[in-house]
Amino acid sequence: MTKHAVISGVHNTRVGTVPGSTCMSLHSDAAFGALADSGLNLSDIDGVLCAYALTENYPMLSSAFCEYVGVAPNFNAGLHGGGATAAMMAMQAAALVRNGDCRHVLCVTGDNRLTGMTRDKAVAALAEFGHPQFEQPYGISIPAAYALVAQRYLHETGATLEHLAALAVSHRKHASMHPDAHMTEIITMDDVANARIISDPLRLLDCCLISDGGAAFIVSAGETAGDLRKTCPAILGVGQGHTHEHILAAPSLTNFGCKMSSQRAFGQAGVTTADIDVAEIYDSFTITLLIELESIGFYEKGEAGEAALRGDLTHGGALPCNTHGGLLSFGHSGAAGGMFHIVEAVRQLRGEAGPRQVPDAELAFVHGDGGILSAHCSMVLAA
Amino acid sequence: MTNLKPVPVPNADTQVFWDACNEDRLLFQTCRDCNHTQFYPRAICASCQSRNLEWRDSGKLGVVHSYTIVQRAPSPAFKADAPYLLALIDLDEGFRMMMNILDCPADAASIGMPIQVVFEQRDGQKVPQAAPRK
Repeated sequence: MTKHAVISGVHNTRVGTVPGSTCMSLHSDAAFGALADSGLNLSDIDGVLCAYALTENYPMLSSAFCEYVGVAPNFNAGLHGGGATAAMMAMQAAALVRNGDCRHVLCVTGDNRLTGMTRDKAVAALAEFGHPQFEQPYGISIPAAYALVAQRYLHETGATLEHLAALAVSHRKHASMHPDAHMTEIITMDDVANARIISDPLRLLDCCLISDGGAAFIVSAGETAGDLRKTCPAILGVGQGHTHEHILAAPSLTNFGCKMSSQRAFGQAGVTTADIDVAEIYDSFTITLLIELESIGFYEKGEAGEAALRGDLTHGGALPCNTHGGLLSFGHSGAAGGMFHIVEAVRQLRGEAGPRQVPDAELAFVHGDGGILSAHCSMVLAA
Repeated sequence: MTNLKPVPVPNADTQVFWDACNEDRLLFQTCRDCNHTQFYPRAICASCQSRNLEWRDSGKLGVVHSYTIVQRAPSPAFKADAPYLLALIDLDEGFRMMMNILDCPADAASIGMPIQVVFEQRDGQKVPQAAPRK
């Protein structure tokens, strides 16, 4: 049997306001950071995967990246799955190395969407995710689309705004323990409750950040693990789930494709939710995480919020979740946002997470979602 | 002053729908082969992939499936309207559309609220919108 693909190197740049950065410089910094982490050289890389960027909107970002740094891989492609892209890259890269097409695949993302464009431009560019004829004419924004989900979820489950706030508070606490995080000032339940409303019921602190930042990881063939510098977590299971692109076409506002993607990943890995030591799950909004925790099966419907309030989802709890602070507080830099979750999972499994370390973390679950809970990719990683 | 809000640009899949809106009619598609009802308009049935689709007239009545009060508008065109109601509307014939709820105080909207479809003129195109049912 072919050995599992492994993640041999990870890196994130500083996240937040990164003066002097460009989309491509963040890609480069992330890539060379991951190479240094793995002990590999650029010449060892025979596959490259990139995503997309708002500030430098190349039609072929992956080719633009290879041109920029001067690498000519055997395999080079771009993936577009919104926030699920980073996990999809890992899935694609794992297939490439298992198939023998590549030995070391560099997956790299970055965008300086905080300093490289105005906040208004970023919000407007993101609103273009809406259907051009049947959503955009109504003034849809990404927060508004998630607010539609939140309103329906609160209505069906009786969950409260406090449940959402508990997640915002724990994520900020986690980010305060990370030297590279965008927002590190501790917030309280009152701060979340009193934050201005963006799109009711979502308040400012229910929403992810807009950050400069980059991230990269390298997926290597399992057979190469002996040549690598560090312990390399194995990709035990991966899976995707897709139900819609536009929120008007979603079959449900409270059950999403994360159910299928996670079942596939858990099935392939031969583990269950109860086995997971640490979870890094996409949190574009507090509601995103709450719904995913339930759809994935960590909690019954309507119970994840109570779990958050009682401290389950932080250090010392049953399921420490987004230990780096997530998109809500560590930062969100486009496709790199979902990659920060993978970087953190690898650090946890290697025992390198410092004050954020979950003791004896051996099995991590990572999940990315793109669009409006549209495209999902889940992954189980083992130390 | 020109209306800055996006005006839908019909394509071959949607021209019939948008032309009907200009006559205050709301059309949807059903599949003659599997009876599936769908929105938005497509060239193919998303349930059985048949191309044997027909247009039907909606009675223009529905209920609010979910809604939000948008405070932070995504573009200058919508800033003057904020706060405004954005909703997913379940039409009685079994399809779902996104609309604004017009003529309704923001705090009066609720899930399950009955609505009727009205048409808002934007340049040369009428756009379906929701209003509380009278």
